Amino acid sequence: MSKRFQRFALPLMTVAIILAVWSLAVKLSGTKIFPSPALVAKAIATLGEKSLLWHYIADSLIRVFAGYSIAIVIGIPLGFLLGWYAPLARSVNPLIQMLRPISPLAWMPLAVIWFGVSNAAPIFLIFLASLFPIIVATMNGVRNVPRMYLQAGRNFGLTTPQLMIRVVAPAVLPRLIVGLRLAFGIAWVVLVAAEMIAVDSGLGYLIIDARNAGKRYDLVVAGMLMIGVIGLLLDTGIRRVERWISD
Amino acid sequence: MKVQFTDVSMRFGAMEVLQHITLGVEEGEFLCIVGPSGCGKSTLLNTAGGFLAPSSGTVTIDGERVTAPDRRRIFVFQERGVFPWLTVEGNIGFGLFDMPDDARRKRVAQYVQLVGLDGFEKAYPRELSGGMKQRVEVARALAVDPDVLFLDEPFGALDSITRLQMRSELLRIWRAERKTVLFVTHDIEESVQLADRVVVLSARPGRIQRMVDIDIAHPRDLSSRRYIELRDLIFGEIGLAHQV
Repeated sequence: MSKRFQRFALPLMTVAIILAVWSLAVKLSGTKIFPSPALVAKAIATLGEKSLLWHYIADSLIRVFAGYSIAIVIGIPLGFLLGWYAPLARSVNPLIQMLRPISPLAWMPLAVIWFGVSNAAPIFLIFLASLFPIIVATMNGVRNVPRMYLQAGRNFGLTTPQLMIRVVAPAVLPRLIVGLRLAFGIAWVVLVAAEMIAVDSGLGYLIIDARNAGKRYDLVVAGMLMIGVIGLLLDTGIRRVERWISD
Repeated sequence: MKVQFTDVSMRFGAMEVLQHITLGVEEGEFLCIVGPSGCGKSTLLNTAGGFLAPSSGTVTIDGERVTAPDRRRIFVFQERGVFPWLTVEGNIGFGLFDMPDDARRKRVAQYVQLVGLDGFEKAYPRELSGGMKQRVEVARALAVDPDVLFLDEPFGALDSITRLQMRSELLRIWRAERKTVLFVTHDIEESVQLADRVVVLSARPGRIQRMVDIDIAHPRDLSSRRYIELRDLIFGEIGLAHQV
């Protein structure tokens, strides 16, 4: 079997088998709650027709990218500082390690109080979710730059800012991009929960609204599928960038 | 004296690494420092490179006290010091950032040629063998035209055939460029093949145990009686019977 065939045909076959089993299971069990694949496909088609789906997808993407971008802008410089100045890391690290295991969702009540019914609340949650992985990945990357690279840079007369740009940044980049991908995965996962509060659009809202507004489980599953498919596409995109950079 | 160590001692906490090292290196000299592992030979080199301050004593170069790294004297590590994100050209030109583009290109081309990497200018380090990476590092150091080179077991990670080739390459380059070279190695044969003078350090805490002038003209015949005499003298100093 060719590599190409294996990469595309095998996953497609898996999907086909799952769909068949799913469809058969719904038919045989006679469930009224869980929709069949055909119903879900119809739900996606209806959503697409009303252009509601595209709005929701766009809203979700905007929120994720906003929160994630702010986390990058704040997290990377902070990670550099913490990785470079060991005493600073020693004083701040316990705080970071304590905040890190708190699920971003635990901030939900506070986010609603602070930001009210607005885009800002879910963006804040997504920001929080991706901030810590980015800080920690950058910090560890900077800390683990081989000493020889730094010595060589100093030896050729680089000042600290020059050293940062010409040695530390490129040395950290491969590790950093892995951290960014992981952080994005977390941000995307948190999106659904974040959109269950304070907003009335987005893929997360679609799911909670479909259930609340009449137990439309076909729409619930349609929303889940869209989140999965878009997440996969975005992850593939970031992996592409990753491979391009480390090459 | 080009490089002068005066009563240099070094301790890390309770551990004494170097004791009262006084040593002068002449301009253009090729000096090897050998000794058992852990004797502080790398530490000594690092004090001259400006990466470590001695606990007591001073290191001067051209009469000027060494307090920090300086691009007039470049430290060469094992081949792991090359930057993996830069091409051969990028690595060799790394230290030439304040040079106009034109002059820099010329200089880089000159050193690519000197170390025999023609045709590999655009290659990344991961595409190169260990010996080629080592050449890149030597070229990167030479390109900024330093007057002293510090080499810390530069060929330690290479296979024995490549190591032999790199030694004669290094000698060829040294003759062409006339740098002062301080070369740390644990390989006694290597020191006798390369050096004008070998400093033998004792086991830790490292003291100067013996200085050996290698009075053999280049190219050196590795089976000549004098070579074997000097080699065995150093083996004896380190307390190794030359038998396997």
